[in-house]
Amino acid sequence: MGFQVSKNGSVTLVEVEGQLIVGNRQELKQKVLEHLEAGDRKFVIDFAATGYIDSSGLGVLVSLSKKIREQAGELRLSSLNEDLRTLFELTKLDTLFKITDTKEQALEGF
Amino acid sequence: MATHLPVNPERGGSVDDDLVLELPSDVRSIEHAVEYVVRRCQARDTHAHRLRLNFRVGLTEALSNAMLYGNAHDPSKRVRVEVTLTSGAIRARVIDEGRGFDPCSIPDPTCPENLMKSGGRGLFLMRQLLDEVVYNDRGNEVTLVLLLDPELPRLEGGAQA
Repeated sequence: MGFQVSKNGSVTLVEVEGQLIVGNRQELKQKVLEHLEAGDRKFVIDFAATGYIDSSGLGVLVSLSKKIREQAGELRLSSLNEDLRTLFELTKLDTLFKITDTKEQALEGF
Repeated sequence: MATHLPVNPERGGSVDDDLVLELPSDVRSIEHAVEYVVRRCQARDTHAHRLRLNFRVGLTEALSNAMLYGNAHDPSKRVRVEVTLTSGAIRARVIDEGRGFDPCSIPDPTCPENLMKSGGRGLFLMRQLLDEVVYNDRGNEVTLVLLLDPELPRLEGGAQA
């Protein structure tokens, strides 16, 4: 359970293990913002090991996307399973993010 | 962090049929509580996908709303969850100690002007994912219904197996 952060060249990769919900969303936000403040501008959040996301988790992704864009950066999302894709489609957030099938695709050409 | 989930079978009913939880207004207790309820429900039916997505997310939203908005993070206030399992449905009643709210006052989060807002998707997701979402008049109690009859028409939103 938690958020594994690693660097892949100039890209910061965050892997979400377990859930991204109201109880832990602030932890993700804090980790990403620390890297943003340190100068990182390219972010991939990978959901290959994620169980489910709630509205608070979706909200934190929207908030991070805005903050990263304000710094001329970009946030990409990867490895959403069928359930997670459903949540993004229902809320139309699939239109806000660049979403790829795998983290490798997200990192490619970033 | 320890999370306590006192389970009290009520009204003389079997714990296999009814489940009652009393939770503190601490959002860190939500994940454990939701997993506990889903696990208990899984023992009763084979609708794994609807339980995993629709019910799990819907119940998380209801608990989150009750703790954050209903009880306003007040740790002295509790959230009560009553889950009833029947052959045709799972019903979860979530009650907080707050003053309630008007569920009609929440704007559509999928409108273009709301899409970039970080909040306001909880009630929307509940309504999309569950078959019934009913508030009492005061607005401090919500009943979620997940139908288990595979012959019934499904709502949009991950309802397909």
